Amino acid sequence: MTQAVPSRLRIRPGEPATTATAAHAATYPQHPELVFDARGVSIFYGAKQALAGVNLGIQRGQITALIGPSGCGKTTFLRSLNRMNDSVPGFRIEGSVRYHGHELYGGNVDQVEVRRRIGMVFQKPNPFPKSIYDNVAWAPRNLGLRRGLDERVERALRGAALWDEVKDRLKDSALGLSGGQQQRLCIARAIAIEPDILLLDEPASALDPIATGAIEELMHSLKGRFTIVIVTHNMQQAARVADRTAFFSLETGGEKPVGTLIEVGETERIFAEPRDPRTRDYVTGRFG
Amino acid sequence: MSAEPGFDPATPLTSSGNLRRRQIVSRAAEVAATAAAVLAIAVLAIVIWTVVSRGAKAIDLDFVFTGYPTGVGPMLLGTLVITLVATAMAMPLGVLIALFLTEYGGSRAAGPLRLTLDLLNGLPSIILGLFVFALLVDHKHQSGFAGSVALAIIELPLIARGSQEVLLLVPKSLREASDALGVARWRSVLTVVLPTALGGIVTATVLAVARAAGETAPLILASSVFDPKKFSVNPFEALPNVPTWIYKLSEEGNPEGFTEAWGMSLLPVSFILFASLGARALLARSKRKLSQ
Repeated sequence: MTQAVPSRLRIRPGEPATTATAAHAATYPQHPELVFDARGVSIFYGAKQALAGVNLGIQRGQITALIGPSGCGKTTFLRSLNRMNDSVPGFRIEGSVRYHGHELYGGNVDQVEVRRRIGMVFQKPNPFPKSIYDNVAWAPRNLGLRRGLDERVERALRGAALWDEVKDRLKDSALGLSGGQQQRLCIARAIAIEPDILLLDEPASALDPIATGAIEELMHSLKGRFTIVIVTHNMQQAARVADRTAFFSLETGGEKPVGTLIEVGETERIFAEPRDPRTRDYVTGRFG
Repeated sequence: MSAEPGFDPATPLTSSGNLRRRQIVSRAAEVAATAAAVLAIAVLAIVIWTVVSRGAKAIDLDFVFTGYPTGVGPMLLGTLVITLVATAMAMPLGVLIALFLTEYGGSRAAGPLRLTLDLLNGLPSIILGLFVFALLVDHKHQSGFAGSVALAIIELPLIARGSQEVLLLVPKSLREASDALGVARWRSVLTVVLPTALGGIVTATVLAVARAAGETAPLILASSVFDPKKFSVNPFEALPNVPTWIYKLSEEGNPEGFTEAWGMSLLPVSFILFASLGARALLARSKRKLSQ
C-alpha cells in the first residue's frame, strides 16, 4: 500500500516509511473514520524548524482542539492541513499528511481543490468589503454553484446562527457588522460551499466573551455536519467544545526550541488525567 | 566614581552655557527648512497665477472657435483623442503589470521589474518621442496614434507603480480568505482584489493622464504637422493638439499668438490641477475604506 512518495515529501532519514506506518497502525488500528492522518510531520520555514515529528489522526465528525503555548506550532500544523502554508516563503514539509487516504502534498494534488474541501476560518474576522449576501454567495458563485443561491446563502447564515440578525440587511456592507457577527459571517462563508472539514484558527481570540460564547455554541451545532479542527490557546474553550484534544508544546532538547505534539486523547482524559507531565503542567496552569 | 553632576541642580531652569548657541543653530535650520517648503509652494502659486492672469484674458467664445489664428477646438479634440488612445493602451497593461508585481511575480521578479518601471519613468520624453518617430513616423507619416504610443509609454510606469501601491494595501487576510475558500487565484484577483483596489487604480490612471496630456516633446515629433482648423478624431492622421500648438504660437513671436498661447496653457494647467486634486481625494477615500 506504499504510495509513491513525491520528491518534496522526504521521510526523515532513519525512519523508513514502513516503520512509521506500522507504528501508526498500532495507535489507530485501521480506523475507518480517520479524515486526516499525519505521520512524522516536520515543518520548516527556511532554516528554522517550526514543528517536529507530529503523528496525529483527526477523526470524522468530531471536534479536535489543538492547544499549547504560543509558538508551539499548533497554527502551523493547522495551516498545513489545507496547504495554506504553501504561499509562505521558505515553507517545507517532511513526513506525510493523508486526507481520506490521499497524500495531501502529493505531486498531482491541486491546492485549490484541497481548500475547496477543507475550509478555514482565521483568527481575525476577514470579511470581503462586500455586502453580507455577497460575502456568503461569493465562493458558490465562483465555484459554479449558482443554482438556488438564495437558499444556499440562507442555509449557510442559519448554520452560522447569524440569519436572524442579518436577514433584513443582507445588502448592507459586511464591514458594518460587529466583530463577533463578522466572524460568524466568515464561518457562514466557509460552510456555504459545504466543505468536508472546517479548520478554525483561534476563531474567538479577537472577540469578547459574549461573542465567544456564540461561536462556541455555533461549533456545537456544526458538529456532526462537519469535522472541525480548532486551534485555541484558551484551555477552557478546548474543554468546552472539543471531543479530542491534542497538546502541542515547545521542545527545548535541541539547540533551538521546536514545536511538537506531546499528547493527544479524549478531551476529558487530557484534562483529568494527562499522562505526560508537560501536559499536566500546562492544563493545570503551571506554565503557558 | 562619585555621582557629582557637572551643574548645580538648584539653578533656575533657563538655558545657559552653549545650550543657547545650540538653540540658535537649531532655530536657523528650522527656518531654512520652512523657507524651502514655502518656496516650493510659492513657485507653484506664481506659475499658476501667471497662467491664470494672462490666460484668462484670452478665453472667450472666439477663443474656442475662431480666435487667432484659429480656435482651439480642434486642438482640444485632438489632445482628447490622443490621450484616450494612449490610456486605453497603457491602463490595462499597467494594471496587469501591477498584478504581476503583487500577486504572481514573487519578490525575486518584483525587484528588477520595479527598477525597470522607475527607469522608464525617468526617461526624458524627447527620447520616447524620438523612439516613436523612428518606429512609427519615419518613412511613413505623422499620426495621432504615434503620439498616443509615446504617451502610453509615459503613462505605463505611472499606472503600474500607482496601482501596485494600492494593490499592496489590499489586506493579505482578504487573499487568504479567498484562497481558503478553494477559489482559483485569478477569480479572487478579479472579484475581490481588483474591486477593493479600484479607487486607487483609477486615481493612478487619472494622475498618469494628467501628466501625459501636457507632454510636448513626443508630439512635436509625432503629431505636429496638422491642419489647425480641422476637427478630426482619426488617430491615423496627424491630430491638432494643445501642447504643440502652445509651442508653435509662442515660437512665432507674435503678440496675439502669445496671448493665445497663455490662454491655451490655462487649459492643461487647470486640468492637471483639478485632476490631481480630485484623484488624491479619491485615493484618500479608498485608502480610508481599505484600512477600516
